[in-house]
Amino acid sequence: MAAELHVELVAADRSVWSGEATLVIARTTSGDIGVMPGHQPLLGVLESGPVTIRTSEGGTVVAAVHGGFLSFADNKLSLLAEIAELADEIDPQRAERALERAKAESDAAAERRAEIRLRAVAAR
Amino acid sequence: MGAQLRVYKRRIRSVTATKKITKAMEMIAASRIVKAQRKVAASTPYATELTRAVTAVATGSNTNHPLTTEAQSPTRAAVLLITSDRGLAGGYSSNAIKQADRLTERLRGEGKEVDTYVVGRKGVAYYGFRERKVADAWTGFSDNPTYADAKQVAAPLIAAVQQDAADGGVDELHIVFTEFVSMMTQTPADDRMLPLSLEKAAEETGTKGEILPLFDFEPSAEDVLDALLPRYVESRVYNALLQAAASEHAARRRAMKSATDNAGELINSLSRLANAARQAEITQEISEIVGGASALADATAGSDK
Repeated sequence: MAAELHVELVAADRSVWSGEATLVIARTTSGDIGVMPGHQPLLGVLESGPVTIRTSEGGTVVAAVHGGFLSFADNKLSLLAEIAELADEIDPQRAERALERAKAESDAAAERRAEIRLRAVAAR
Repeated sequence: MGAQLRVYKRRIRSVTATKKITKAMEMIAASRIVKAQRKVAASTPYATELTRAVTAVATGSNTNHPLTTEAQSPTRAAVLLITSDRGLAGGYSSNAIKQADRLTERLRGEGKEVDTYVVGRKGVAYYGFRERKVADAWTGFSDNPTYADAKQVAAPLIAAVQQDAADGGVDELHIVFTEFVSMMTQTPADDRMLPLSLEKAAEETGTKGEILPLFDFEPSAEDVLDALLPRYVESRVYNALLQAAASEHAARRRAMKSATDNAGELINSLSRLANAARQAEITQEISEIVGGASALADATAGSDK
């Protein structure tokens, strides 16, 4: 059995996903980072973007994360985000509409959120 | 029907209607407590992980971040008071306001200027009526707060903390809210959010005595702390709002339960009085009939003679 790490993906108001994984790829402010089991203890600031989790069953979980942190210690990775959504929960059409609306209203924050959602769906 | 009896009947009807309303409010509040409690529980993992991370950065690095180190001589403090939007919750709001007054008094005694921030219409009304200065106020979400509301409340607080005290910023950040202990007990509590006291934070997350690993910081300890602390304040505010909401529903449920009980008692005693009045009326009618009949009999007996 390959080495595993325990992942907790937590949003401010709920726990989004938790389970065992072999690799987690996230984007920090200083670039993409891949965390594998046995990584050095790490605390990083996340950029808004998709987070990819390779589960130990061989599947892939993609989530859209809007700002937050990751901390890794004792083979336990916590991904904290104000807002986090699994790609499976995202409705591409709705995100598409939200993107158009945000562009029309030139709401930069909403536009970015919608874009990240779409990127997460594309990475699924 | 006699006038007395009619008055009693009318009062019984009105109390019964009131009782129905209070009973309904009691049941609504009871169902909302459970929902609010669930929200508190759902927000706990985030708060715990965040506090752990903040503790880790603050202890694991020698950075002297202004948000974790106490000012030499703090001169200004901010107090965030959380009350309800609606009344009919017993002493819920006034207890929280009293707690805030005590805290303000104490801070003033320590020579600090106090800026007050208020959440909830009841608190705003209290401060408005007494013409006390409020730095900022928010209303409309006390019974069902969302994370966006917490962010909105936290933003000016964070801005104030990041400013120098001389330019209108604050050195300390306190929060007054009603802690949800159990269905029956809710206690108003005040808490210092910033500067962070690490021991307390460790106690809250149950990680006291745990040795934290040496973290690598990405990009740097200062940047991580800079990004973490606003989130920490937001999460604390969110947790306080959720607990306050649960407490509000619990307080309202209790207030409405005693109102319903009182209405029941009132109906009981009123129906006793109404029964007595009815009985008195009947007795009076009988004696009137008897009296009338005997007067009539006396009159006819007299005319016969």
